[in-house]
Amino acid sequence: MGGYGDVQMIDDDGLRMDGRKPGDVRPITIETGVVPVADGSCRMTWGTNEAIVAVYGPMEAHPRKIQRQDRAVLDVTYNMAPFSTTDRMRPGFNRRSREISKVTADALESVVLLELYPRSKIRISIEIVSAEAGTRCVGLTAASVALADAGIPMTDLVVSVASGKINDVVVCDLNKEEDNYGEADLPMGVLPNSGELVFLQMDGDLSPDEFKQAWDYNMDAAMEVHKLMVDALKGGEN
Amino acid sequence: MKGWPVARLDTMSRESSADGPRDSRRALVVVPGEDLGVSEGYEAGHGVLVVDGRLRSTKQGRMNTKGSTVSVEPLHTTYMPRPGDLVIGHIEGCTNNIWFVDIGAPFNSILPMSLGPAKVEFGGTRKILDIGDSILCRVQEVEETHQSVVTMKGLGLRKIKSGALDEVDPHLLGRLIGKGGNFLRDLKLESECRIVVAENGRLWIDGDLDGIFKVRNCLKELSLEARQVGGVN
Repeated sequence: MGGYGDVQMIDDDGLRMDGRKPGDVRPITIETGVVPVADGSCRMTWGTNEAIVAVYGPMEAHPRKIQRQDRAVLDVTYNMAPFSTTDRMRPGFNRRSREISKVTADALESVVLLELYPRSKIRISIEIVSAEAGTRCVGLTAASVALADAGIPMTDLVVSVASGKINDVVVCDLNKEEDNYGEADLPMGVLPNSGELVFLQMDGDLSPDEFKQAWDYNMDAAMEVHKLMVDALKGGEN
Repeated sequence: MKGWPVARLDTMSRESSADGPRDSRRALVVVPGEDLGVSEGYEAGHGVLVVDGRLRSTKQGRMNTKGSTVSVEPLHTTYMPRPGDLVIGHIEGCTNNIWFVDIGAPFNSILPMSLGPAKVEFGGTRKILDIGDSILCRVQEVEETHQSVVTMKGLGLRKIKSGALDEVDPHLLGRLIGKGGNFLRDLKLESECRIVVAENGRLWIDGDLDGIFKVRNCLKELSLEARQVGGVN
């Protein structure tokens, strides 16, 4: 949220720098079963973002101190590859990746039926191989597809989308420039079948009306992305 | 946006006009959270939950309706131990009187010294079965907390010293064995291998190298075919 007011990111016709309208989402592709050794996996491209997620388990939770007697634990690791950005990312955990791993685990805990596997662990590795903007949304959405691919029982899929504000206009699915120089960012995680919200963060300032507009954009986009997730999991059947 | 009319602040639930589970004659592929129709008159089977009077899938798989029970046959499963199951386990650790055995379930099993393959002195567990060894054993009991105990006291239960081990999803064992054991019998004859199928989806294949390759290729094909949506039913 740089807030550089002199950067023109939306033209007089209301089109953004990449030609999208304010409510448009970048092109998305979803593929399952991309990591043969994993129990479930997913590759998702969202614009120039690309995430590969692998799910292992449920398995015995180690170290034993992390075990919960009444349910399984989700061990989520979000990591950006060093080559995923134009500036080399320093490998390993950092404050941001810890935060995203935690919020992703919290969001997924709302849907995974963890009580079926007490004392065990489900390991989810999210690897961002190409990053533009909105990687936490891509990671969370792809993780939900990978969990379904692994046969983990869930009450719903989680779809995550972000909207934000650029040049005082609310737009959906920010790209890199809009994320860097925009005024606000509102990533959300939605359960498409029940309409419940499992994840929400906000960076920057939005008025109540702008917030409502961003919310609506996110909800609409989530439904669109959910269709693609269902298509990917069904492999074109039905 | 032409999405489903759901997930807005003011419309937090979706009404569906579907009345009852969908046509069962065709195995529909469903995904977690998918609405399968009203629950009235139907029972929720494996992979199905009743939420607000409607049936919802909790797994990715094929929907089946048998009688009044609606279930989802998943495309991928995890082995859940049951007493009496013949399983192949790997020794993961041991103490002075207990071995910890990975049987492919979400929770490790224990093999107490008293149920081991031979008489062991206290502290001598690693002399009999060491970490990394594979064993053919049987599930003796499963507790409420899902902790399970395996035994090696029984006919044919032993440490595996030869051949190769392979793995398929436990729900594919039915296909591997075939009707009346036909498929497995043919596979044994063709490969000239001894094949022991354990209920946790692991197989012990013992024979010459060509035979083992044949069996493993067959298992690989079976798994790949089953993982592809639209594969064998």
